[in-house]
Amino acid sequence: MKAIYGLYPDPDSAQRALNVLERAQSELGFRKEDIAVLSGEPYEEYGFGQRDKVTRMPWLAALGGLIGGLSGWWFVSFTQKSYPMISGGMHLVTKWPDGIITYELTMLGAILTTLVTLLITARIPDWRGRKLYDPAISNGRILIGVINPPEMAREELEKRLRTAGAETVKESVS
Amino acid sequence: MDKTPEQINQDLLRPIYHASWRFYASVAVLAALVLAAFYAWGYQMYHGLGVSGLNRPVYWGFYITNFVFWIGISHAGTLISAILRVSNATWRRPVTRCAEAITVFSLSIAAMFPLIHLGRPWLFFWLIPYPSERGIWPQFRSPLLWDFFAINTYLTGSVIFLLLPSFPDFALIRDRSNGWRKKIYSIVSLGWRGEPKQWHRLEMAMRIMAVAIIPVAVSVHTIVSWDFAMAPVPGWHSTIFGPYFVAGAIFSGIAALIIAMALLRKLLHLEEYLKPLHFENLGKLLLVMSLLWFYFVFAERLTTWYGNFPSEMSVFWSTQLGRFSPLFWTMVFCNFIIPAPILAIKSLRSKIGWTVVAAVPIVIGMWLERFLIIVPALSHKYLPYAYGTYRPTWVEITITIGTFAGMGLLYLIFSRVFPIISIWELKLGMQRKAEAAPELASQEAATEQP
Repeated sequence: MKAIYGLYPDPDSAQRALNVLERAQSELGFRKEDIAVLSGEPYEEYGFGQRDKVTRMPWLAALGGLIGGLSGWWFVSFTQKSYPMISGGMHLVTKWPDGIITYELTMLGAILTTLVTLLITARIPDWRGRKLYDPAISNGRILIGVINPPEMAREELEKRLRTAGAETVKESVS
Repeated sequence: MDKTPEQINQDLLRPIYHASWRFYASVAVLAALVLAAFYAWGYQMYHGLGVSGLNRPVYWGFYITNFVFWIGISHAGTLISAILRVSNATWRRPVTRCAEAITVFSLSIAAMFPLIHLGRPWLFFWLIPYPSERGIWPQFRSPLLWDFFAINTYLTGSVIFLLLPSFPDFALIRDRSNGWRKKIYSIVSLGWRGEPKQWHRLEMAMRIMAVAIIPVAVSVHTIVSWDFAMAPVPGWHSTIFGPYFVAGAIFSGIAALIIAMALLRKLLHLEEYLKPLHFENLGKLLLVMSLLWFYFVFAERLTTWYGNFPSEMSVFWSTQLGRFSPLFWTMVFCNFIIPAPILAIKSLRSKIGWTVVAAVPIVIGMWLERFLIIVPALSHKYLPYAYGTYRPTWVEITITIGTFAGMGLLYLIFSRVFPIISIWELKLGMQRKAEAAPELASQEAATEQP
């Protein structure tokens, strides 16, 4: 994977750089998906922080909760019928106590589904380290660049990233 | 706070890279106390539960007191982190990770006590519902089994809630480290890069977790209260126990958090991050909870006294005027008489020292409250011939002290592995404040114009 990217000191210059790249897509021969944005904190008020925002995570968490709850109810009632021991004068399958277990497993289902959805959609863990990254992001820099740009567009890209206000422009090969 | 991102990184990562001799000395002392507790537990396992003070009719004593107490302390994280996230209280940012850590560690300690309390702890797995040939199955109608599910759900959720916002900070440490530290933090950061998609997903997950963990926390301590309230024991079988325990848990949790924050502020030199404002805001919450606690205790006591059932009155008078009265009135002093006036006076509440002076007796008072719920009621059940006494032995006292030391030890180690304040959230708060500043200034100018 090759990339050209600029490191920007503030979100305004990073947004300018993104605007420049988006306007130059067709001219320089790369796609929108090839534009990389990385930052050390979220910038939701800026356009570059709004990319890939749509998620179904809340619905999936609700679904996970529903599955957890149904599994919990089935588990409790099935096992109580399998080991039919009456105690305390209660029915074999008791709604109130079983409801408590069902509730806890509903919440557990929602929590675990949220975690799994996060890991899958955020594509972590990613320990191979083959994707674009620069440790300067940890010092507050914002990375805006293009992955696998066409060879003939590299010089022009570098120029436009600098003009947009990059502190440094780098090439990455991994 | 006018600090650059680099200054913030340096300040908050310093404890991870540097430790003074005081750190190692503290670890040594606390570890020794924890080892003593493990020795006491081993002694008990070898010689049997008879080495503890537990005996007919008081079958629950220090161990269950500690169990309920530590579950209560765990509500600190849930209140501060989750409720303040949901309500978007911006002052929470430096406080959330301290609080979430308290939750995880106190829950882990609490979860040990049902095992310590077992005569044969190696049989604890009988609580787990799996097919076996014993011909029996965990009893789902028992509050003790509700505890198993509730505590495990809360512990799982709390660990996830602590870890989720930590990934970007682990990535920060990874980028600034070399050698073994870089390897370890590369693994635990899960390859975090900071793409907008990752940030969105993380923030969405944290929002869902914050909303989900609140009812779980309420249910956990309600279910723990039902260990008592479901039993037809005088003084226990009361509908007020659920909310009473939850309010008490939040109360003790906030007090513990204030103490932890004050210690961290002093030991790690976080004066510019943990400010008097944070303590004052927590102090206000603590005042509300102190008043609420008093209301619950008064309501419960009044109801018992007014009902005048003989079996309940023997428990009542034993705490008001009898054998347990010194502990009862100490509890009232610690939970209300001392802290409420301090926290009600703004000039005191706005000083960190005074907030801590209010918080420390609350932790003591809430431990006493758990003890006073359990032991007097068991000492005075229905038939006078079956009244009994309870006196803890060195085994129980050592284990109790060991758990407090264990909490301190876990926290010390935590502060060397995790940034104790969430760095990216702090920077995000500063960013939002900076963006809002011109807007606020123009609003103020508009209101000042004639």
